[in-house]
Amino acid sequence: MSALKPLPRWADVALLPLLNLSLAILVSGLVVLMIGQNPFMAIWAVITGAFGSGYNIGYTLYYATNFVFTGLAVALAAHGGLFNIGGNGQAYVAGLGVILVALALQDTHWLIVAPAALVAAAVFGGAWAFIPGYLQAKRGSHVVITTIMFNFIASALMIYMLNRVLKPAGVSGPESAMIAESGRMPKLGSFFAPFNYTPVNISIFIAMLALVGAYILIWHTKFGYALRVMGQNPTAARYAGISNSRMIIITMTLSGALAGLVAFNEVLGVQNRLVLDFVADAGFVGIAVALMGRNHPFGIGLAALLFGALYQGGNELQYVISGLDRTVVVIIQALVILFTGAMEGLFRPGLQRSFMLFSPEQKAEAVAVSTVKTEN
Amino acid sequence: MDAAAIISILDATLRLSTPLLLACLAGLYSERAGVFDIGLEGKMLAAAFGAGAVAAVTGSAWLGLLAGIGVSVATALLQGAAAISLKGNQLIAGVAINMLAAGLCTFLGQQWFHQGGRTPALGPNGRFSTIDLPFAHELSGIPILGPIYAELISGHYILVYVAFIMVPVTAYVLYRTRFGLRLRAVGENPKAVDTAGISVNKLRYQAVIITGLLCGLAGAYFSIAQGSGFGNNMTAGKGFIALAALIFAKWKPLPAMFTCLLFGFLDAAQIRLQGARVFDIEVPVQAIQALPYVLTVVLLAGFIGKAVGPKAGGVPYTKER
Repeated sequence: MSALKPLPRWADVALLPLLNLSLAILVSGLVVLMIGQNPFMAIWAVITGAFGSGYNIGYTLYYATNFVFTGLAVALAAHGGLFNIGGNGQAYVAGLGVILVALALQDTHWLIVAPAALVAAAVFGGAWAFIPGYLQAKRGSHVVITTIMFNFIASALMIYMLNRVLKPAGVSGPESAMIAESGRMPKLGSFFAPFNYTPVNISIFIAMLALVGAYILIWHTKFGYALRVMGQNPTAARYAGISNSRMIIITMTLSGALAGLVAFNEVLGVQNRLVLDFVADAGFVGIAVALMGRNHPFGIGLAALLFGALYQGGNELQYVISGLDRTVVVIIQALVILFTGAMEGLFRPGLQRSFMLFSPEQKAEAVAVSTVKTEN
Repeated sequence: MDAAAIISILDATLRLSTPLLLACLAGLYSERAGVFDIGLEGKMLAAAFGAGAVAAVTGSAWLGLLAGIGVSVATALLQGAAAISLKGNQLIAGVAINMLAAGLCTFLGQQWFHQGGRTPALGPNGRFSTIDLPFAHELSGIPILGPIYAELISGHYILVYVAFIMVPVTAYVLYRTRFGLRLRAVGENPKAVDTAGISVNKLRYQAVIITGLLCGLAGAYFSIAQGSGFGNNMTAGKGFIALAALIFAKWKPLPAMFTCLLFGFLDAAQIRLQGARVFDIEVPVQAIQALPYVLTVVLLAGFIGKAVGPKAGGVPYTKER
């Protein structure tokens, strides 16, 4: 078994994820078939629902924006060998920062509100991840468990804040006051007519910047190098003079800050107020996005677009085929996580073996290896 | 607060602790064998749906229970296949299971029953009824002990008793049987177990199956005992509270029971504590709801004792050749 060669890079970054995605869609298709619907019609409905018109594309991009942020959050932590499962909570708490800043500055101009809110989102999201990071680094508590717990604590905290603190008089539901007109960030629809009436907004440019920034940070800075060394081998990192505990704390904080930007998109870009559960499990989608995208910003961009399309297409599904709705997308997403994240062993060995047969030089090597074995 | 109120709150504590305890013990088997399980929630949800659906169709609570266990064990085996045989990431496998269960239960529920993801309300035979222990009525006249026996101990669903019986059973299996010794060994040092000629993967699969079984009981409790029928996201994060309880109890059966009772008590108390005041400051209900999670974080951080999990937890075992 140890004679298996690692896959060529293109197969590792493109073929394997695509195989896993196909398998996820195939299984979901079987589920659709099982309830007596045509899976091909469902796929077509998702595609047209996601890309059929400017309106649909606008929504797809809006969802993709969120998933870029949470996908990067998961990926950045993953490069350091950490699993940040708390994107939901970090984004949720970041909403608090965004709304507090936005309500304080709402009478100025959105050009002042937006940068301040962006910083607030990053700071609040980062702070909510800093604590688990600190506890892992200094007290040895496992960051996975702590971030799960912090998701629930965030939920309780936000319900309290929305019901008791932020709710203005005269509003019955648990939500904050609306941000005044002058403080609202414009949507892309006001510059580009096909995106009219869609929630896609300036945050998408922040998302693109974040992708580029993450790429530079991870592969072209000293910090990124230390991060990857720690992720590959924490002991080696220690010997190289890297302070693992400091790295863990910084990485988790940055990861939380990225997840927090979801709140910037949702609260300042779309809702203009803080509402209950605005994160809508974007943090968990980020896990699927990071896995699909192989923790690389380019892959994450594509995977975020894919999941944005699945979410938007899934929304439209219910109007095309009665009985099907976005829960199908949740199933696909779960299967993608299962196949790409936890069942990698399903395809990889077979793929490695077939690659060894097809490449002549490696085949010769394989033959040589087996000859040596028989000689012994 | 009078005696009747105290008894009623303790009674509610028992009822609310039961699914926590079952799920917590379920996680205990798996994690003591070295397989991290953050998919307790998903398995419970799947079991709740399976039990609710089959009980609704057949009208039999027992068949429902069986279906719940079946669904949960099957889910556990899927998770096990990923985490044990394919050597995948155990945490990600758990996340996937949770999401898959949430998606599939809602989807299939909507397709099969057309009630927005709910299963139809169950008739009297479709769900478990409470059991009156012998002489409960006759003894209720005795002061103090009478009401405690009649109101608190008697009159629960059978799964409540099963859950609490499982505590000594688990302790016995874990500490007094060969299987238990091997189970603990495989979670601490799988190589030693392997060297002794015992299959690590087989043991882990056995543990995962027990986990599925107990999660099945916990899930069924939601839909065919406590509730009458399955509702969307019925388990509402209880799987994660059970996970918290497991860590809080340091992966030991008896402390697991006390922790689950404590968390169940917090759950029961929050309804009564609504609007309660401490030092003239109103205690928000959310603070009490968040308490189990906060306590777990504090414990994990080593501020009150130290929780150290099984050493080999989270690492798939690869045999050296």
